Amino acid sequence: MKRRSGLVVLATVGVVAVAAAAAGCGGGGEKPTEVVLVTHDSFAISDDVKKAFEEESGLKLRILQAGDAGEVVTKSLLTAGNPEGDVLFGIDNNLLTRALEGDVFVPYESPLLDNVDPQYVLDPEHRVTAIDHGEVCLNYDKEWYAERGVAPPASMDDLTDPRYRGLLVVENAATSTPGLAFLLATVAKYGDQGWQAYWQRLRENDVLVVDGWEEAYTVRFSGAAGSRGKRPIVVSYASSPPAEVIYRDPRPKTAPTGVIEDSCFRQIELAGILRGARNEEGGRKLIDFMLSRRFQEDIPLQMFVFPVNREAKLPPEFVRYVLVPSAPLALAPETIEANRERWVDEWTQTAVR
Amino acid sequence: MPLGFLLLFFVYPLAAIVQRGLSTGGEGSSLDVLEDPITREVVWFTVWQAAASTLLTIAVSLPVAYVLGRYDFPGRSLVRALVVVPFVLPTVVVALAFLAILPAGLDRGWAPILIAHTFFNVAVVVRIVGTFWAGLDRRVSEAAATLGAGPARRAREVTAPLLAPSLAAAAAIVFLFSFTSFGVVLILGGPGYATIEAEIYNQAVRLFDLRAAAVLSLVQLLCVGLAVLVTMRLEARLGVSSGFRPERDVLSKPRTAGEKALVAGSLGGLALFLGLPLLVLVERSLAVGGGHGFGAYRALAHPTSAFLATPWEAVVNSLVYASLATLIAVVVGGLAAFAVASSGGPRFLDWLLMLPLGASAVMLGFGFVIAFDTPPIDFRSSRWIIPAVQALVAIPFVVRIVVPTLRAIDERQREAAALLGASPGRVRREIDFPIVGRALAVAAGFAFAISLGEFGATVFLARPDNPTLPVAIFRFLGRPGELNAAEAYALAVVLMTVTAISILLVDRIRVRRGGWF
Repeated sequence: MKRRSGLVVLATVGVVAVAAAAAGCGGGGEKPTEVVLVTHDSFAISDDVKKAFEEESGLKLRILQAGDAGEVVTKSLLTAGNPEGDVLFGIDNNLLTRALEGDVFVPYESPLLDNVDPQYVLDPEHRVTAIDHGEVCLNYDKEWYAERGVAPPASMDDLTDPRYRGLLVVENAATSTPGLAFLLATVAKYGDQGWQAYWQRLRENDVLVVDGWEEAYTVRFSGAAGSRGKRPIVVSYASSPPAEVIYRDPRPKTAPTGVIEDSCFRQIELAGILRGARNEEGGRKLIDFMLSRRFQEDIPLQMFVFPVNREAKLPPEFVRYVLVPSAPLALAPETIEANRERWVDEWTQTAVR
Repeated sequence: MPLGFLLLFFVYPLAAIVQRGLSTGGEGSSLDVLEDPITREVVWFTVWQAAASTLLTIAVSLPVAYVLGRYDFPGRSLVRALVVVPFVLPTVVVALAFLAILPAGLDRGWAPILIAHTFFNVAVVVRIVGTFWAGLDRRVSEAAATLGAGPARRAREVTAPLLAPSLAAAAAIVFLFSFTSFGVVLILGGPGYATIEAEIYNQAVRLFDLRAAAVLSLVQLLCVGLAVLVTMRLEARLGVSSGFRPERDVLSKPRTAGEKALVAGSLGGLALFLGLPLLVLVERSLAVGGGHGFGAYRALAHPTSAFLATPWEAVVNSLVYASLATLIAVVVGGLAAFAVASSGGPRFLDWLLMLPLGASAVMLGFGFVIAFDTPPIDFRSSRWIIPAVQALVAIPFVVRIVVPTLRAIDERQREAAALLGASPGRVRREIDFPIVGRALAVAAGFAFAISLGEFGATVFLARPDNPTLPVAIFRFLGRPGELNAAEAYALAVVLMTVTAISILLVDRIRVRRGGWF
């Protein structure tokens, strides 16, 4: 019995190996015919934009979408030098230093960077290239305040005012990306010494901490369509108000939710060519394409973030209903990497336990 | 072959990632994380909530298992199919539905966690124990009654020992599912509640401390291994076998008013418990444009930017993967069950086969990425790995359901057949297979359901142009806007419907097969 199973193992491995070899690499020396983009669950692209790239480059674009940004970066660190694809997109300023220290990328300076504001160039060696930026901001439910004749909060300071007691819901900074961004926003605004006191006051003002964005926005927040939530202020994105308009039928004339501008924290999403990529040349073409107007103008309605290419025009729905924060809060990636764990621990002590 | 499958798709990738984790440099010893009081808190919470969830699930499910195991009534097969619906739903969706109906004050903490775990796992106890019950020879209990044993004594001394093997099997599965629960615990528990699995995710993905994650995943595996060992012992010690009877000889129509009330009461109670959260999902799928309508369902026919396919294609993908995974699970699991149940069979294999249910899905996912990374076995991006991984989770079901049945086959039936000149192969074919057919079909139903609902591994491996239903639901749920939310819930309703129909069909095959004996 034992010996037989041993043989079967060998046979199984053998069959799988042959099948994989036959299906996988179609000969070593040939020119690659596809380029593989490794990215997170929130990545989206219009079908015609994808086809445009494939026609232009003569390469098939294969998209591997596996997990959230953290999981994708973890996988890229585990497979550094022997990556799953050619280009990784979706690394943000929170995770950047970790990936650069893991030596995951090779440098590439795209000629299209001329159209990108230098504030988005986070790596002088160009191992990563900024593709979009999105801001995590406090959103509020306009109707909720209008019905009660109360002015909505105008700043982060207002949230500690007893008038706004029990109205704020935030995501757990230890488990959620927007939750972490809002914690970083408070660090950027009140300083490494002052943010704890701010959170202490938020806690006294009955802030509700929940696990993730889905629960905070679609269940606890009162302003999302169809929600029976009771809290009119939530941590979400600068682009959430236009989404509330575009996905509502019939479309309302004005956005039902607004953004508290001074709370916005900058998140930049970057792409890089993976070290050991099978098709490095195709990877460069893909990065160039992602910076081109065609892709950049597709970004807002697909991923609800903003293009970094100055020449890209925002879709009319976006122009009408969105507020692009003019000077969002920000922290250097190295500062985040050096302090993230300590901040999250302290935050957990202050806001949760 | 089962061992080979397990070694290739489970032991090898898990060992690869744990080895990688333990060998990464870092300050302090590997034991640091074990000495952390927070780790101890997490381990303790994981164990007690899993045990409590298991007890609660059994308490809620047993009346229904009894009714399904003893009475024949119109709609019986529908009930058996519908209980599986909660089992396949994505945890996030269910957790959000629970938030909508639980009264304030009861909507966070350990209580809603236990309630949600029970909601998910009722199907496990109802179907495994109920089916086993329906095959138990009624005459044993009747004989005891004739000999003067009261109902309580009969339950304690006759029914309980006969049911023990299937109860132990169901309890083991519920325990492992609750033990490794992740989304439910984080959402319904609120901050401050975490299972070992959640902590592994936190260490591996948020903090990138692979060493701590590896140590924790070993702790989890140790707990799971011990739990499986305990239930196997219980199963062996308490179990008494008697011959099996065809269902039609065992079931009877409820006749007295008391019996009717019992059937109606236990089914009604269950319908309320399982139905309310499901109704919330239906309601939210219809909530569009400030009122109610079928807008979200119509939108499902159109391509979406949430993934590169129309949502309906996700239905097809799910069914294809589920069929493949079921095939693999039934073949591999069935072979394993025969090997395990044969006298002197390897108990070690039995134990090992249960572990994938309780191992850390996060670590296994990362293990796949580094274990299968070099040609000739680079199938990190092959879509065929999805049914293989789903089968990995389904195989323990097949084994746990089939083994107790195989063991319970009256050895005298086999001996008699052998005495009459039947070859060992013929004994297997004509005695074992028909009886096992029924258990195997229940197992196949579960394998199908598991594959339909599997999310953790699938999301890791699925591509945007071929998402499964749970992956598609998750993608919609992560996007703001009313229509996206409504489409997520509409797809959840579609998943519910697809599940109920598939299980009804699988049960049909079962009934036809069951007619053999």
